[in-house]
Amino acid sequence: MKSLEDLEKKINSELTTKINNTEIKHNQIYIETDKEDIVDVAIFLKTNQDTKFRQLIDITVVDYPEQNQRFEVVYLFLSHEFNQRLIIKYSITENEVIPSLTSIFPSANWMEREVFDMYGVSFKDHPDLRRILTDYGFEGHPLRKDFPLTGHSEVRYSEDQKKVISEPVKLEQNYRNFDYESPWEGTKYIKEEIENNDKKN
Amino acid sequence: MTKKIKNLNLNFGPQHPAAHGVLRLILELDGEVVEKADPHIGLLHRGTEKLIENKTYMQAVPYFDRLDYVAPMNQEHAFALAIEKILKIDVPIRAQYIRVIFCEIGRILSHILNVTTQALDVGALTPSLWGFEERETLMTFYERASGSRLHANYFRAGGVHQDLPKGLEEDIAKFCETFPKIINDLESLLTDNRIFKQRNVDIGVVTKEDALDYSFSGVMIRGSGVPWDLRKSQPYDCYGSLDFKIPVGKNGDCYDRYLCRIEEMKESVSIIKQCLAKMEKGPIKSLDGKISPPPKAEIKQSMEALIHHFKLFTEGYRVPKDEIYTAVEAPKGEFGVYLISDGSSKPYKCKIRAPGFSHLQSMDYLIKGHMLADVPAVLGSLDIVFGEVDR
Repeated sequence: MKSLEDLEKKINSELTTKINNTEIKHNQIYIETDKEDIVDVAIFLKTNQDTKFRQLIDITVVDYPEQNQRFEVVYLFLSHEFNQRLIIKYSITENEVIPSLTSIFPSANWMEREVFDMYGVSFKDHPDLRRILTDYGFEGHPLRKDFPLTGHSEVRYSEDQKKVISEPVKLEQNYRNFDYESPWEGTKYIKEEIENNDKKN
Repeated sequence: MTKKIKNLNLNFGPQHPAAHGVLRLILELDGEVVEKADPHIGLLHRGTEKLIENKTYMQAVPYFDRLDYVAPMNQEHAFALAIEKILKIDVPIRAQYIRVIFCEIGRILSHILNVTTQALDVGALTPSLWGFEERETLMTFYERASGSRLHANYFRAGGVHQDLPKGLEEDIAKFCETFPKIINDLESLLTDNRIFKQRNVDIGVVTKEDALDYSFSGVMIRGSGVPWDLRKSQPYDCYGSLDFKIPVGKNGDCYDRYLCRIEEMKESVSIIKQCLAKMEKGPIKSLDGKISPPPKAEIKQSMEALIHHFKLFTEGYRVPKDEIYTAVEAPKGEFGVYLISDGSSKPYKCKIRAPGFSHLQSMDYLIKGHMLADVPAVLGSLDIVFGEVDR
């Protein structure tokens, strides 16, 4: 499809039952779907002659701990043929297992391993779901919002035991997160005020 | 009589000069033929994404230098563009030219390093000695503009931190005159070199289809004959107004990727020249006081400037709730930032899409059936830097 609007129409008409919402912003198309439909949607987008989203750019998860469905899974696609970017999203609860895309896009392998490592989201039918970025034997999922920035354990060389040991983090001063409550409104309001002043003059 | 032969498992790295960093590659060998490769990464994982979530937007910029540390400013560019698009601010034209110049310098820095170290991996020492001298010159340009050779922290949302010092433009122009000769010298050592060709031609071949399936980008996809470059297809900053070509390979092997990199360096020089010619005096960052800090002189005179300065460097600017994916053509491929802002002065989430991550992932596919000695050649042509793979 040449334009994003046509693409939006096409996706909405072809995948009516599988798509919950579509939106175009920042020259990209955002699609909301369900966990059960992601595989079908991905296959359609990859193989259809009018979409040709041949490349899976990345998979990631956004953590919203205060929400019922805690994790939002995000897939980024790119179509070289039509020069378009597409983002698919769906929400899941903490312990849900989601389908793997490795059979459709081989590159999903490590991306899913990273999601598993960083957020603890498990994938069904993944050929090799191991941790990838963290250390061997690491515990916890670092990118969850409830994981402390300083981590739980630190590693050092112990002169007494003559070996490298792992022990709980001890800090002289805890990490401080300042809360700036202020009437600072950012740019938009200033811009509007300047425009209004210009009009008056 | 039959003998049972067991495959040999070999640990390549984590400390190995040809591993280009801290890669632990577990190879399963049948004689000298690689049957399986399992890269273990993450030995340089520093939790960049987690750290960025806890810093203001301005404080997050230096983390991008530490990703692909041979081309730091290209990464900063992706982050700056993401914020600019959410905030809907315009970048002054001079700042755009400065950013493009330094991104292309970054590209040359990265390609010199890659081409020469790849040559080193397959047995040629001289190119790296020649190439590193040029890198040093380029890093002095970095230093003169930003104050540091490597970790520049130079790009800001809305422009760059400060204007170029006196004389730098002329010196970069001089470099553009002398550098093509160095590329030719490097080429005379490598391009027709019998050993270099024997080690690289038809090694690590990637077909068009596989390049797409494995999410390749940058030279890795262009080497396989896909003319795809984000600078052309989705132009950002002033790339749309510049004239340059996209070198494309034919066979998708290590040698074609080497040729692409050499050609890209030549194109980069031409881009820098065009920018220098078109550049005019003017502002180098957004004039919006709520985003760009005021000049030092103004702080001494104006109360408002003082307040702006204080607020920008304590709380930082706020970014309205939004989400965006922006990508730039970094020397290694598509470097992207998926940024989610929540209206506060810190990013809610900042996912970094590093090209090296998907390239290294395909190691098993690339190396299967090749000899052990081809591992460094393939690894070299993937152009892996662990800062960005491990993040």
